[in-house]
Amino acid sequence: MLNIHCPNCGVTAEETEFHAHGEAHLTRFGPGASDDDFESYLFMRANPKGVHFERWRHQNGCGKWFHMARCTMTLEIFGTYSAQTTEPPQDILDRIRARRPDWNPHP
Amino acid sequence: MKKYSVFAVAREAMRHHTGWTRAWRDAQPKKRYDAIIIGAGGHGLATAYYLGKNFGITNVAILEKGWLGGGNTGRNTTIIRSNYLQDPSAAIYEKSRSLYETMSQDLNYNVMFSPRGVIMLAQTEHEVRGYKRTAHANALQGVTTEWITPARVKELCPIMNIDGPRYPVLGGLWQARGGTARHDAVAWGYARACSDMGMDVIQKCEVTGIRAEGGKVVGVSTNRGDIDCDKLGMVVAGHSGHLADMAGFRLPVESVALQALVSEPIKPCMDIVVMANTVHGYMSQSDKGEMVIGGGTDGYNNYTQRGSFHHIEETVRALVETFPMISRLKMLRQWGGIVDVTGDRSPILSKTPVDGIFINCGWGTGGFKAIPGSGWAMAELMAKGRSPLTDAFGMERFREGRFIDESVAAGVAH
Amino acid sequence: MSTRLANGGRLLNTDRPLNFTFNGKQMRGYAGDTLASALLANGQMMVGRSFKYHRPRGLVASGAEEPNGLVNLGSEGKFEPNARVTTTELFEGLKAESQNHWPSLEFDVGAINAKLSRFLPAGFYYKMFMYPQAAWKHVYEPIIRKSAGLGKAPQARDDDTYEHFYAFCDVLVIGGGVAGLTAARTAARAGAQVMLVEQTEHWGGRAPVDGGSIDGKPVDNFVEEILSELKSLDNVQLRTRTMGAGVYDHGYVTCYERLRDHAPDTPGPRHRLWRVRAAHVVTATGALERPLSFAGNDIPGVMLASAMRDYVVNYGVSTGDRTVVVTNNDNAYLTAISLKHAGLDVPAILDTRALPQDSELVAQARALGIRILMGHAISSVKGTKRVTGVAICSQAGEGAVLEEIPCDAVAMSGGWSPVVHLWSHCGGKLVWNAEKACFSPDVDNPPKGADGMGFVTTAGSASGVFALDDVLCDAHAAGDGVATTLDFKLPKGDSAPKATRREEAPLMPVWMMPQGASVKLREKAWLDYQNDVKVSDVRLAAQEGFVSVEHTKRYTTLGMATDQGKLSNINGLATLAGALDTDIPSVGTTTFRPPYHPIAMAAIGGEARGDVFQPIRRTPLHNWHEANGAEFEPVGQWRRPYAFKRAGESTHDAVMREVKNTREKLGLLDASTLGKLLVKGPDAGRFLDMLYTNMMSTLKPGKCRYGLMCSENGFLIDDGVVARIDEDTWLCHTTTGGADSIHAHMEEWLQTEWWDWKVHVANLTEQYAQVAVVGPNARTALENLGGMDVSREALGFMEWTDGTLGGFPVRVYRISFSGELSYEIAVEASHGQAFWDALMAVGADLGVMPYGTECLHILRAEKGFIMIGDETDGTVIPQDLGLHWALSKKKDDYLGKRAQARSHMADPNRWKLVGLETVDGSTLPDGAYAVGAGTNENGQRNMIGRVTSTYHSPTLDRGIAMGLVLHGPDRMGEVIDFPGTDGKTYQARIVDPVFYDKEGEKQNV
Repeated sequence: MLNIHCPNCGVTAEETEFHAHGEAHLTRFGPGASDDDFESYLFMRANPKGVHFERWRHQNGCGKWFHMARCTMTLEIFGTYSAQTTEPPQDILDRIRARRPDWNPHP
Repeated sequence: MKKYSVFAVAREAMRHHTGWTRAWRDAQPKKRYDAIIIGAGGHGLATAYYLGKNFGITNVAILEKGWLGGGNTGRNTTIIRSNYLQDPSAAIYEKSRSLYETMSQDLNYNVMFSPRGVIMLAQTEHEVRGYKRTAHANALQGVTTEWITPARVKELCPIMNIDGPRYPVLGGLWQARGGTARHDAVAWGYARACSDMGMDVIQKCEVTGIRAEGGKVVGVSTNRGDIDCDKLGMVVAGHSGHLADMAGFRLPVESVALQALVSEPIKPCMDIVVMANTVHGYMSQSDKGEMVIGGGTDGYNNYTQRGSFHHIEETVRALVETFPMISRLKMLRQWGGIVDVTGDRSPILSKTPVDGIFINCGWGTGGFKAIPGSGWAMAELMAKGRSPLTDAFGMERFREGRFIDESVAAGVAH
Repeated sequence: MSTRLANGGRLLNTDRPLNFTFNGKQMRGYAGDTLASALLANGQMMVGRSFKYHRPRGLVASGAEEPNGLVNLGSEGKFEPNARVTTTELFEGLKAESQNHWPSLEFDVGAINAKLSRFLPAGFYYKMFMYPQAAWKHVYEPIIRKSAGLGKAPQARDDDTYEHFYAFCDVLVIGGGVAGLTAARTAARAGAQVMLVEQTEHWGGRAPVDGGSIDGKPVDNFVEEILSELKSLDNVQLRTRTMGAGVYDHGYVTCYERLRDHAPDTPGPRHRLWRVRAAHVVTATGALERPLSFAGNDIPGVMLASAMRDYVVNYGVSTGDRTVVVTNNDNAYLTAISLKHAGLDVPAILDTRALPQDSELVAQARALGIRILMGHAISSVKGTKRVTGVAICSQAGEGAVLEEIPCDAVAMSGGWSPVVHLWSHCGGKLVWNAEKACFSPDVDNPPKGADGMGFVTTAGSASGVFALDDVLCDAHAAGDGVATTLDFKLPKGDSAPKATRREEAPLMPVWMMPQGASVKLREKAWLDYQNDVKVSDVRLAAQEGFVSVEHTKRYTTLGMATDQGKLSNINGLATLAGALDTDIPSVGTTTFRPPYHPIAMAAIGGEARGDVFQPIRRTPLHNWHEANGAEFEPVGQWRRPYAFKRAGESTHDAVMREVKNTREKLGLLDASTLGKLLVKGPDAGRFLDMLYTNMMSTLKPGKCRYGLMCSENGFLIDDGVVARIDEDTWLCHTTTGGADSIHAHMEEWLQTEWWDWKVHVANLTEQYAQVAVVGPNARTALENLGGMDVSREALGFMEWTDGTLGGFPVRVYRISFSGELSYEIAVEASHGQAFWDALMAVGADLGVMPYGTECLHILRAEKGFIMIGDETDGTVIPQDLGLHWALSKKKDDYLGKRAQARSHMADPNRWKLVGLETVDGSTLPDGAYAVGAGTNENGQRNMIGRVTSTYHSPTLDRGIAMGLVLHGPDRMGEVIDFPGTDGKTYQARIVDPVFYDKEGEKQNV
């Protein structure tokens, strides 16, 4: 039962207010993209055992989307941050490295 | 292998059961096998069993990082049915169901397959249409199912409240030869049979790397040394992504937690399996007398084998509504498993980008019922390079946009 | 015989006698009794039958760990099976019946299983009952099912209600013994918000039973003082009868409060499930005594030493007149001493420890004249339904009987195990404590919270410290430590309460008694009383290769009973370790799962049942529908009228009438549930061009356009009419089911992909009531309302305008989903009912009738309009439905465009939409498939199409259908076969899907 901080409205609330929407920081591929790129964008997932960057929505709250860095092995949350970014911000990466010195971002 | 029978039990009783031998050998890894299966769950063991039984390939090792049958095989709610909508699903699940019918005799191990019947309840007009459609499809697929009226539902399951108030039962899809089996026994029975054929079931053997040369698999590295093989089957459910990573390819798979629970045991009150997808819950009564209950998955990637309590709440609430008599029963135990879910929620049984490596994963919330069929088909795929049962389940289907979507009729459930 | 003593009973109120029945027999107890103590006081030692062998079962414990004392409690709507007598408080009129026997507890036919037990070892059922194949389902399984199970299945509906509470605190302390009280006080004194829960109705736990003093006072006085301090603090909440049930991620804890179980006839909810979010959790859950494994340890009269002490001290109940104590530790001597003080006989203490001990308790027992036999053990217990004596032997030997001691009770103690369940639920690890022979919490590996830090701390015996002064020190340190972690500070000088220290001699681990017990003795030494798992079963499992502790558990069912192995687990895995010749830690434990103790399903469900099971969404016209014969169907959380039935009419008749009336005169549809999403901003047009497959940016203000929406995966997900309101504003209608999901879909793309686009989306669905005014008389009706020009010239097909009708401000859309002249009119939700009434009034002379969703479906099907959810099912793309005209060729991109370029989606063999007409005019069965020749490789009939919608059309007076058919549009006129599930084959001709008014003249008038 996760306890989640919404970076948009500032509320920390029960998981039941939120909804997860899978891996974050995917690049959209549209018309003209190769089969490989399109398949990868829509379906291929890192699904790591460990640090996962993912998309959430404060569905039963402010309605806004945000990103979360979370460990799938322990459910530790390293932080939540804006959905309007293509990569995790430095302070989140720093926090992850402080907690998981051996962490290697997925290639 | 000592044959199991009532006479063997009686004979052993006379000497206080001191003569029973191990159900499966405690094998040490050899240097090389014709085939290695990673994962000694139901699917992995069944794959090995049919490699031996159907194709005479017995120089096989089944590697298990923990204890055999310790993943979802031993954590599910044991429902067996084949009333799927799409042709490829109906084919493999019905193959599976039919193998369950004779599994106890095939394996000389009582897996307690009990074709007590499964009802999938229709509680909205949409579900009514979906299940009628499934009944039509099943008739052409050789799967015996039937659309039944609310009165017949009530007759089959007297403890059910079919009158709502919120979601009155409008009918149901009935599969009389669906049912349940004893989940652990399926793994143990296959392990014993594999061992008897000379295969090595190796527990506490974790694969740490996959070795390939020139795009072809040559073996695996494990915590118990390198082992060579010609063919490699990956059958590890929720951990598939991790293994694929080792082999250098990605999968359209995510791992999420699925929870289940049982009540305290009571005297028999429910002879069939009931699934109610609108309210998200399903229930049966085990031979021990426990009400076995399951529901939906968590929405986020999770490897902890724990889930969020609100899913338990929703499921139990739905079932108290459907079966008012369980209200004062008590939940004895809840648990979670990690299920691997693909982009279309149907499984992958496929060749992979690495020659000689085959993958079987993505069974999501419905893997137990598929164990024998999946093993049968996977063995054929590994032995012959293709199987009519696996053709549609190749991983290239995502690239082609050729999905096998079962949610169209029934929502998502077991 | 067990009986009530003349003295003692610290929890009893002897001024309040209570009457109850057990198996119909009148009995009497006192307020303060548990059902267990009251049964014992009435001489009822035997309380049930075991699960497998139907062996007689007596009480073993005094608390939640009791495996045997399960009863059917109450009747009718208050009936509860498997109620544990040790946790059931006695109340006036209580009715209990023992379980799992036939015809009676004393004479149980099922006890034949005990005679056959030799043939029924662990896992016997895996090895037999296989032949013939059908026999399992029809013969063996029914027998096994009948003899298994415990309590009766409830029949009646539950009379009670249940509720959920939320609580938030800094520190949740679970367990109200001296450790929990101390930890709570310490944390509270430091300033933390504390919630303290205790599963029983009493504070203090078992420390008061065991005597000693704290801070120079009797333990009871200490408990009273600390309680009065806690009660005086604003930052402390205390709950008794509240069990910590489960610990979940991020400090979420469920607590189970039994509000009315002790007084079932008082008003109010029966149970309350607390959902507590705690910054930190302290588990002061104590420890449980372990049984010893000796032959006959399941015969009624054999009891845990601590339980026997509890019954004497707390309830003034003796278990027997002559009690042999058997132990491997000092603690059980307390029982012997208590019994002696109560005037009961203790013929011997059998102490497995070989060397004489000179610790305080041993000395006390000796001083009381009790015979103490060191190095001794029980070879076997005599008796069947009641202990009659014990045969004693040397612990070190194989069980050769040295002497038989007549007795009617045996008190056993195999040492103590901390209650680590709550610590373990969420991932806390354990370490083996060799000195105390128990698994203790591994403080270096606690369950970890959202921040990755431990969020559970144990206090007292739960930490694996058992001496009273150690318990208090540990609890104080836990409270202090937790408070400090949370940035609270304990006042200077606050220190742990001090208890008198009682030195105890070390325990001797004993897992089999005697050590070299023969197989015959092992077959009679129980590990799991309820499930009938014996030492021999675990050894058999090991012998057969079930060497993982999980395998052993599952093969033998050890620890899978309703007590979840609270008494049996450690003994079981020690037995396994012994059989495997390895040490206990390398065997490990099985996983601890919530709940700690079973909790009622209804409590998990909470208030939401019956009418409030789920919320209902009501349109502004809902009440009118209800009052006017609407038969509702659930559509999401909405209720939509399926049809409006008149007196004497069948549903089908009503639908037929509604269709005809709408085609011929005037129909009104409540369309309020349709999604209404306002999309506004400088980039709104560009945004909608991405969302819809067609071009929306070119739509002129004042105009409407039908649009399709696909998922990024290419599949058709929604459709609806889009109206351009002004230069940068569009109003998008969605399906009823799509209102929320499409709104979310739009927000997703706006917030996560095109976040720099200047667009806002607002979901206005519930702001408006929307009424479709449909039929040849529609215009006349609106003209009669008056207020605006609704002529063809002023408001053409696929146009909209704002205005006034009958005095109501309205927005009128000239759109049609029926093929008739039709206006959809939106009014403010608050005007909805009045507007509807006005329409009904002006329509009275024009033949107005309301119509429901089934009529809507038929009207659209007659026109060949697709319906999301019928023609689409998540696997259909617009190209399948002949909707190419709605796929803009001018746009580089829209959601789904790339996906639709994939090979399978461009496959000419995809099934395509056509109309279907049965050859004989009958109606095709819903969901039927069309068959081609032959079968596929898997032996399935080859299918070439399927029905997506099928109705009887009253307009055409024949069956009409739409379907997806292989090469369908190229096969017009061909007849194909649809086998029904009724044994008939339906023949249908492939036709144009537009059955009615192909030219579209009627909607365009």
